[in-house]
Amino acid sequence: MELVEAIILAVLAASTPLLLAATGELITERAGVLNLGVEGMMIVGAACGFGGAWLSGSIIVGALCGIVAGALLSLIFALMTLGLAVNQVATGLALTILGIGLSGLIGARFVGEKITPAPHLHIPGLTDIPLVGRILFGEDGFIYLSLALVVAVWWFLYKTRAGLILRAVGDNHVSAHALGYPVLQIRMYAVMFGGACAGLAGAYLPLAYTPFFIPGMTAGRGWIALALVVFASWRPGRLVIGAYLFGAVTILQLHAQGWGVGVPSQLMSALPYLATVIVLVLISRARSGGSTAPAALGTVFVPDR
Amino acid sequence: MRKILIATTAAVIAVGASLVGASAADKLKVGFIYLGPVGDLGWTYQHDVARQAMVKEFGDKVETTFLENVSEGPDSERSIEQLARAGNKLIFTTSFGYMEPTLKVAKKYPKIHFEHATGYKRAENVSTYSGRFYEGRYIQGIIAAKMSKSGVLGYIGSFPIPEVISGINATILGAQTINPNIKVKIIWANSWFDPGKEADAAKALLDQGADVIMQHTDSPAAMQIASERGKLAFGQDSEMIKFGPKSQLTSIMDNWGPYYIERVKAELDGTWKSEDFWGGLKTKIVMMAPYTNMPDDVKKLAMDTEAAITDGKLFPFKCPVIGQDGKEVECKGGTHLDDGQVLGMNFYVKGIDDKIPGK
Repeated sequence: MELVEAIILAVLAASTPLLLAATGELITERAGVLNLGVEGMMIVGAACGFGGAWLSGSIIVGALCGIVAGALLSLIFALMTLGLAVNQVATGLALTILGIGLSGLIGARFVGEKITPAPHLHIPGLTDIPLVGRILFGEDGFIYLSLALVVAVWWFLYKTRAGLILRAVGDNHVSAHALGYPVLQIRMYAVMFGGACAGLAGAYLPLAYTPFFIPGMTAGRGWIALALVVFASWRPGRLVIGAYLFGAVTILQLHAQGWGVGVPSQLMSALPYLATVIVLVLISRARSGGSTAPAALGTVFVPDR
Repeated sequence: MRKILIATTAAVIAVGASLVGASAADKLKVGFIYLGPVGDLGWTYQHDVARQAMVKEFGDKVETTFLENVSEGPDSERSIEQLARAGNKLIFTTSFGYMEPTLKVAKKYPKIHFEHATGYKRAENVSTYSGRFYEGRYIQGIIAAKMSKSGVLGYIGSFPIPEVISGINATILGAQTINPNIKVKIIWANSWFDPGKEADAAKALLDQGADVIMQHTDSPAAMQIASERGKLAFGQDSEMIKFGPKSQLTSIMDNWGPYYIERVKAELDGTWKSEDFWGGLKTKIVMMAPYTNMPDDVKKLAMDTEAAITDGKLFPFKCPVIGQDGKEVECKGGTHLDDGQVLGMNFYVKGIDDKIPGK
């Protein structure tokens, strides 16, 4: 039973950076902007997050540094794609390359340092409940925050007027513009929210997951977050399922290897990705035609003056 | 939709490698291809430390360029060729997976000399070099068996290539001299460098009852997890005691400096020849970090073993070596397995209750 608890704890920790980054990207894409620079924003968030925490001695300061760094980097993307109407795909890729280089530069002086990781919640009595105690009441703050964020995003998208406008901008920017909504401004905020979330997701890695900074430590998680948004067909609820499913398969395949299940480890390592592909196929088959993607996703909008 | 997917795929492929370097005339240009970032604190870091030592030795006679984060496989061919075109006369490709690409580029540029780390295929202008890391692993096996209370060791593998497999075998052979019933749990990360995944693998091993962690991946993540849980671990490639002051038993440290200096000197003197260099504890290419967090008797045993291997009195793969199938492995080296058998090792020894993935 202890093993089950340990596995669930590991799954939650492994899924959280994916969930955070994907939640931000979901809002960005719902506004009609495709930002492929998640990996770059994450790794810069990791470098700045660690730097902030190391210099200040505070995890919260570190997390804020990560958020600000991610948002600033996404602002470059916003200026290019919204202000100058540059191709979003190319700019997003460039942002990733820039981010990887930049993080190495920022993080160079922090390599080899370590910090005390984010503390885990401890409520006497509740946290000590066998099996569920540590899972429900003994996580680090980021995990609760990531779930709260998804709920907030869901509420924003479907229960508020602002959310409706954001979705309208993502589905038909011409109509939204004709109705008098500031399309580019709304998109800029959405992009920056995405950047902030990616920065926080990146910061989670050195602040809670593995409490040191190493260049390249995001190791492709930003790309997985991008895939998760598609996997979730742009819906927050499905995003949670997707992120935890991915985390669960990742952790379980490691355990399966330890147990000596006779399946080649290469295949098991590929399982999370295979699962994503299979679910994507199932989703698209279940739908009778049409895509759930925001209709204006990835298209450039230049307001007529 | 389709556009987005294609773009995402292209993006994954395009994740960049950064070019660092400066230009000047009449210097010997030496290029390096690195697998990870220079700050990985492990494999790549040690290669870069050696590069810096070499630069220090020759001063302005040499000019170096390195490309970091170059993924293995066909994709690395471009990066190697880039260095060749940029006028580098000696190029070090520092990971196993660069073997075929290195040979391919070498064929195109016969006047450039190449040095490929940990490979086994050579050419007129391609040397190979590696460390006998299994010597260090044998010592680690002895220490691990002495220190383990559960009798279960946790091993994080990267890819099931001969170098990693010989490391696992050497560990177990060492451990069996102390505890014939020692068990090992092996988890493959299928990556050389992914701190998060390495940490997850370490957690899984500890959760499944292992109490000493060893790794053949490149970051200090596993060491840090062991430290957090109050368990023991071995560092990899470099000194990792900072991440586990109460956990690190020792660490196998790669020390490429002397080799890089020797080869660049040969290139400068015009005496470079294609060679196969495989140095161990004796040549100090492989070094052991101080033995810590263990009682004096274990420490002494470790040091004695190290001395015996260094002096050539003890061979980790001394015959008879029994394979998993219970059959004795042919003893080509007289008293121990010969180099070819170790370099191409693709079987587990008796006592490992697992299968090599994909076999």
